[in-house]
Amino acid sequence: MLKVNGLKVNYGSIEAVKGVDFEVKENDIVTLIGANGAGKSTILKTVAGLIKPAEGKIEFMGDDITGFETSNIISRGITLVPEGRRVFPDMTVLENIKIGAYLRKDSLSNDIEWIYSLFPRLKERHWQHAGTLSGGEQQMLALARALMSRPKLLMMDEPSLGLAPIIVKGIFEIINEIQKSGVTVLLIEQNANMALNAASYAYVLETGRVMLKGSGKELLADESVREAYLGKNRNEKYVN
Amino acid sequence: MNFTTFLQQCLTGISLGGAYALIAIGYTLVYGILRLINFAHGDIFMMAGYFMIFAMAVMPWYIAVPIVLIATTVLGVLIEKTAYRPLRDAPRMSVMISAIGVSYLLQNLATYLFTALPKGYPSIPVLKKVIVFKNLSTSLVTLITPVLTIILVYLLIALVNKSKTGMAMRAVSRDYETARLMGIKIDRIVSFTFAMGSLLAGIGSILYFTDRMTLYPFSGSLPGLKCFVAAVIGGIGSIPGAVVGGFILGIGETALAAAGYSTFSDAFTFVLLIIMLLVKPTGIFGEKAVDKV
Repeated sequence: MLKVNGLKVNYGSIEAVKGVDFEVKENDIVTLIGANGAGKSTILKTVAGLIKPAEGKIEFMGDDITGFETSNIISRGITLVPEGRRVFPDMTVLENIKIGAYLRKDSLSNDIEWIYSLFPRLKERHWQHAGTLSGGEQQMLALARALMSRPKLLMMDEPSLGLAPIIVKGIFEIINEIQKSGVTVLLIEQNANMALNAASYAYVLETGRVMLKGSGKELLADESVREAYLGKNRNEKYVN
Repeated sequence: MNFTTFLQQCLTGISLGGAYALIAIGYTLVYGILRLINFAHGDIFMMAGYFMIFAMAVMPWYIAVPIVLIATTVLGVLIEKTAYRPLRDAPRMSVMISAIGVSYLLQNLATYLFTALPKGYPSIPVLKKVIVFKNLSTSLVTLITPVLTIILVYLLIALVNKSKTGMAMRAVSRDYETARLMGIKIDRIVSFTFAMGSLLAGIGSILYFTDRMTLYPFSGSLPGLKCFVAAVIGGIGSIPGAVVGGFILGIGETALAAAGYSTFSDAFTFVLLIIMLLVKPTGIFGEKAVDKV
């Protein structure tokens, strides 16, 4: 569904992404994991058209979308839930949900009902300003807003950032549910454990390159991944 | 001062305030979206005056007015496209300097093309009609200005709060990147904002100069500056703020002039600005300076 080949992205003179290849198959949950500065967010922003790549090719559903305008990419069925949620704080919850469907011209009432059934909390608070919501509720709202564009591919940048473990668990349950309803998910996370458990396929990034790839389970079992991202060995060292 | 003169002065003040409010909205709209003080706005207002002079020379007022408004709107959008858009990713100071450049360019262009001699502003007979109520007499334009201002502001606020484009404007004013992720085309919203601001400046120009009757290339600079002050006093970025600021300045200035201190009527504006900046720098309806991240 999404194929990225030889992607290079620069920030000024800094090479943030140094030739990355990865693929997202239809109806999978794919995750990119890696430390801060590995280039994960940059990759998602480039796919969404917020940043222009220096080199490489991005293909979506067989079409080359490299360097396209964001509005064009969104209308093709890609959406990005940005890092830090970025809800519009002085709009109401309902307005935030509606603005997610900005490019759509058909009726939204069914979608809003669906969103409310996924996130009953948002229904209770639909008239409140989004800025008054808690972090977890804002993450739900950001997710709801993204879903309103009826995406085929939902990209999420660090959905667990700054949230309590119990809320993160809830968010991942919803991600699973969304995937079951036929939406493909591309997820980046620092919470590697959570992400690898949810993902059917995963890529490990380090300083702008793909270092490892495999199914979520394979990578969970991989020694080097465990050491670098899951902290297992380090804990054992402390015990010894 | 007797009661009639008092009422007369009140009307003049409210009318002037209405014209100020219409121009101040242009500053506030553009600031809300681009965080840019469009120093050329007063000169767009002046150019609208010249458009009117030339349009009225060849056609009746009911055709001239729409043409002038369209021309002013186009001018505002063109200025944004050529002088501000290429600097979208540049530091904010560069865009501001570009705006000052456009302001001088328009003033000098007008001087070159139309000479610096004041030109008579054509009068629209309907607007100039004198209305007499008991012993109070006033021209229709004085009555129409505040009413028209309130109607236009009401429509504008409804547009911003209720329509899809208005929602996009609010989104863009908050967060460019996320607005783009919603599929909003930033450039289109910016153009729309400049179009709205310039259109209102065009209407303000007709109302203002119909009362003043003369126009020269620097006619826009002082009213422009005053309306910018009005927007700051009301809280820049806020539409109701710009309106309230415009009326405060218009009424205050007229009251001073009526009391015999017309020499100080310009100083009044700027003293008020200084006081406001000292007491409440964000203005009457200003947004809080600190944002929760």
